Amino acid sequence: MNPETEPVVEVTDLVRKFGSRTVINGISLKVLRGETLVIMGGSGCGKSTLLRHIIGVMKPTAGSIKIFDDEITTMNDRRLDDVRRRFGMLFQSGALLASLTVGENVALPLWQHTDMSAEEIQETVAQKLQAVGLNGFENLKPAEISGGMRKRVGLARALALDPELLFSDEPTSGLDPIMTAVVDKLTLKLTHGAGMTAVVVTHDMTSAFRIATRMIMLGRGIVIAQGSPDEIRTSPDPEVQQFINGEPDGPMPLNLSQDDHEHHPHVKARPLVSARHRFRHKLP
Amino acid sequence: MVFIGVRAAPMVALTAFSVGVTLAMQAAHSLKQLGAEIYVPDLVMITLLREMGPVLIAVIVIGRSGSAVAAELGTMKVSEEIEALEVMAINPISYLIVPRFLAMLVMLPALTILGNYIGVLGGWAVCRFALDFNTAGYVLRALESADTWDLYSGMIKSAVFAWIIITIACNAGLHVEGGAEGVGQATTSSVVQGLLAMLVTNAILTAVFFFA
Repeated sequence: MNPETEPVVEVTDLVRKFGSRTVINGISLKVLRGETLVIMGGSGCGKSTLLRHIIGVMKPTAGSIKIFDDEITTMNDRRLDDVRRRFGMLFQSGALLASLTVGENVALPLWQHTDMSAEEIQETVAQKLQAVGLNGFENLKPAEISGGMRKRVGLARALALDPELLFSDEPTSGLDPIMTAVVDKLTLKLTHGAGMTAVVVTHDMTSAFRIATRMIMLGRGIVIAQGSPDEIRTSPDPEVQQFINGEPDGPMPLNLSQDDHEHHPHVKARPLVSARHRFRHKLP
Repeated sequence: MVFIGVRAAPMVALTAFSVGVTLAMQAAHSLKQLGAEIYVPDLVMITLLREMGPVLIAVIVIGRSGSAVAAELGTMKVSEEIEALEVMAINPISYLIVPRFLAMLVMLPALTILGNYIGVLGGWAVCRFALDFNTAGYVLRALESADTWDLYSGMIKSAVFAWIIITIACNAGLHVEGGAEGVGQATTSSVVQGLLAMLVTNAILTAVFFFA
């Protein structure tokens, strides 16, 4: 098989329901080797949920997910771990272990999954931190650095094992424009330069158009548009245009309806008035 | 291990000393009416080894370490740290739970032994300075009264409590949902459930060991 067209991630008819609310309603997508797929969509459209299914943290209601041609939805934990060793994941908040230092966080996958000596690990950690512009921060705790720095450490950790596939959940949100450009440049260097495949969830349009080789837009739990960045940019679809240009008015619904909220398992409907007494002592 | 065990030691010592003193004073008061003050060391020793030692030290450890474990794991759950471990193909059970389990299983009985010593020391203080005992008399009397089974039954209790406390704490922590509020609830419930489970188990174990 031609490696260029071999799908690294293949999602077929994925459905996920929380109670009676359908968050993902039949999404199919393929990510080919060497591609950078950007998944876009408004807040609450299910893009983070989709990503959590692909990395195997959540199990779908129906549908199939294949990574490296292996079905992960029915896989046991041991085999899932084998697959997970081959990809890196950058969480939205960085998800660093608060009890470890920055350096230890990056070293963690190396300790666990390689036979490297202490010196080799130290060298690799320094090199990964250098790549995200954080050399010399090894001995600080995650609580002592800023949110943007935590995210970059998260990226360094995701890249520690030199994965062939990288998932990022909003890698640039909370970063300043310069750091955004640095992270984008790093992503480009890894994908175009080193042939890594990347799946990036974002709603930062500048960054999305900078790194994507293909884009998918989600809404209402389905794929509403997909194509190359140019196709998306010139798409006639009014929803797509509204989103990429960031216009407040358009076909996209502003919020989930009240009805959706009432069916959400974690959100109990509560009249706003009843919350008032909690703050009464502060009001005149 | 350091947190559960070593740093809890001063608190355990103070509690155990107070309990030892209190026990001795109460025993002295009651036994005086029967003219049997000679049995004060027996009472202190047996009560401490069998009941007060394991139970009180467990109460301290529930309040101090059980709640801390629940809060820590809960915060990790909320901030996606546990998910991140899973995705890095690191089993959160072996990475996070097993060390805490072992620390608790070793440290609670160790603290209980420490507590027993210091409680007996508290009893000695009362007997030596307020009653007509000399040190040797107290020690001899105390050692004579207790047999090894008193010690072992306390240790078995302590190990069982350790298992209960850490299971409840880890379970509460790993099932946190919904941010800071959820962490708070998990911490509280780990303490409340831990105390209840520990006290009920204590009653059952006492019944099995000394009544059946």
